Amino acid sequence: MARTNDTKAISTFAKSLVSRLSKIVLPPVVYNTLLPASGMVIALIIGALMLMLLKVNPISAYSALFGGAFGSISGLTQTIVKATPLLLVGLGICIAFRASVINIGGEGQIIVGALAGTWFPLAFRTLPGWMLIPLTILAGFLAGAAWGFVPGILKARLKVNEILSTVMMNAIALQLMNLMIRSVLMDPAGVTAGTYLAQSERLPEQVWLTRLIPQTLLHTGSIIAVVLAVAVYIFLWRTTIGYRIRAVGLNPDASRFAGINVPFYQALSLTLAGGFAGTAGAIEVIGVQHRLLEGITSGYGFSGIVAALFGGLHPLGTIPAAILFGGLLVGGDKMQRAVQVPSSLIDAILGLVVLFVVGSALWSRRIAAQQQRAAVARASASKAAEVHA
Amino acid sequence: MNEILSVSTIVGILYSAIRLATPYLYAGIGEAFSQSSGVVNLGVDGIMLISAYAAFFVVLNTGNIWLGLAAAIFVGFLMGLLMSLISITLKAEQGISGIGLFMFGLGLSSLLFKTTIGTVKTVTGFQAIKIPLLSDIPIFGEIFFNHSLLVYGAFLLVPAAWWVLEKTTWGLKIKSVGQNPAAADSLGVNVDQVRYFSVCLGSILAGIAGASLSISLLNLFQDNLTAGQGFIAVALVYFGGWKPIGIMWGALLFSAVNAFQLWMQVLGIKIPSDIAIMLPYLLTIAALAVTVNRVRSPAALNKPFERGEN
Repeated sequence: MARTNDTKAISTFAKSLVSRLSKIVLPPVVYNTLLPASGMVIALIIGALMLMLLKVNPISAYSALFGGAFGSISGLTQTIVKATPLLLVGLGICIAFRASVINIGGEGQIIVGALAGTWFPLAFRTLPGWMLIPLTILAGFLAGAAWGFVPGILKARLKVNEILSTVMMNAIALQLMNLMIRSVLMDPAGVTAGTYLAQSERLPEQVWLTRLIPQTLLHTGSIIAVVLAVAVYIFLWRTTIGYRIRAVGLNPDASRFAGINVPFYQALSLTLAGGFAGTAGAIEVIGVQHRLLEGITSGYGFSGIVAALFGGLHPLGTIPAAILFGGLLVGGDKMQRAVQVPSSLIDAILGLVVLFVVGSALWSRRIAAQQQRAAVARASASKAAEVHA
Repeated sequence: MNEILSVSTIVGILYSAIRLATPYLYAGIGEAFSQSSGVVNLGVDGIMLISAYAAFFVVLNTGNIWLGLAAAIFVGFLMGLLMSLISITLKAEQGISGIGLFMFGLGLSSLLFKTTIGTVKTVTGFQAIKIPLLSDIPIFGEIFFNHSLLVYGAFLLVPAAWWVLEKTTWGLKIKSVGQNPAAADSLGVNVDQVRYFSVCLGSILAGIAGASLSISLLNLFQDNLTAGQGFIAVALVYFGGWKPIGIMWGALLFSAVNAFQLWMQVLGIKIPSDIAIMLPYLLTIAALAVTVNRVRSPAALNKPFERGEN
């Protein structure tokens, strides 16, 4: 069959490529950057082909895209504003995926975080800002964590597939927000005026995050996100709990024999992932919108996964990845205005990036294995030489 | 309350339940083929969206429903090839590549919809066909024998899929590479080839599921038309224990809840629609929690196969 021949050709090509590449000994970080980057390039090339089919000049579309995202101070601040929730969601994804738990529930977790981040400052509006801001962010974290805990405990106790349960939790959260935003959280001003807009009341001013540059949306939430990225790095690589989470992901059987409570750490990582997405929701409300609006998630729950994967599931690597994808989202809107291509093109490209990044993992695994074998061979050869001497 | 209990309402709910089960059946049984061979294809929703668009676009421009169906099948097959390449040949983590496929299908279908169609339009899709004699049976005939060809096809697929999986060599091969790929490989079964076949077959069925929405049940296309039905179809495979008949009962349960919810709104009965829309999703989680330990999944599910590794 022709299809099998193609498969064979691809795998022989892959093998020869791997053996050639592995002879050049480079630190793993180079491969871990190069492989996703080439996935990105391929996705952009396919995007360019789609643009040509739509009779749009890809060069002018892409220059509108990247120029709009990174070419000016105002574009750059918008990029960082969008990168903030991506980074926060991505940090949670790093924790969950490191434990081999696939959290698709970012959207729902952002929503409940935003709900809590709206309700709390409205309910405690007399508190001073220095108390209200941290407590509001904490409320968002806890709400998101609760939304992650449900699939987590279902996986730990009943072995319910977390991918499916988190997807269902997304749909439930969305309806929950639609319900609340039209009832208890509905803007009283809209009710009096008779407009019944589906949005919440404006939050008290002392809970608004400080704007870092006047006339822009850039807020202190971005700094909080970067600090949390460092904290997650320390948590995953410098604490016992973080070590166990990674061990569970690398080899659940070995972890079990080593006495690690595997289901517990899987549930914990899903809960934490939910917490970070919830934080993103709360910060989006108090940093950007200052009220709860429909469509608050803007798909960050999915694009955060892309950012984390692209950042090699490393909290610090996720920072530049989040800026890159925040830029793509901002640039997508600018491209839509400049060359009339719907920004959905960016969603399609993001999907391709995910496919190519996970597809290229095979190469990085094989390169790592070959390098290790080569190192072992070298070590035994030098040992043999010592014995002879 | 009398309105709910009237015969015509109950007939209406059951008729809708049969209709609405159609996309779940195609997508769910397709996913059962894929998963029986050891590959979880989470991109079903994305495949349904892009195929639903393709079918709708072709019918809108040619008026030929069969060409529309063929377009959905072809697009489904292409998406299946892409999923197979990433998950089987490149041995990627299946859960994540499926999400990538979903995002790609969602984005691309929205892009194409906005650039080639723009506004919500309707087409004349597959029409209901009354089966002679059977449809004359009171109540029973109304519920079961007055549907479009794609609806009948979905229910005929149940015994057909059972027969292929249980009674043919191909079915045996599919299940063997899903249970123990190393053993199948040592007996000369080409593991990758069987998995390519199963994933592509599953994706073609997901494509038909998408077409059943856009050119049979709803006769329209809009952004995110499926609203997560593909994910529910994947959940139904677990619920149904990887058996076509089990998937059918699950699909009917879901579509019945959905039909009930829709009829409540039609009759203007006061339950908030948000809560009503939540019901199927809550039910999915509950169903997964109850059924997941009852049946054993294919042993090699979610595990890429590499010679000499196991």
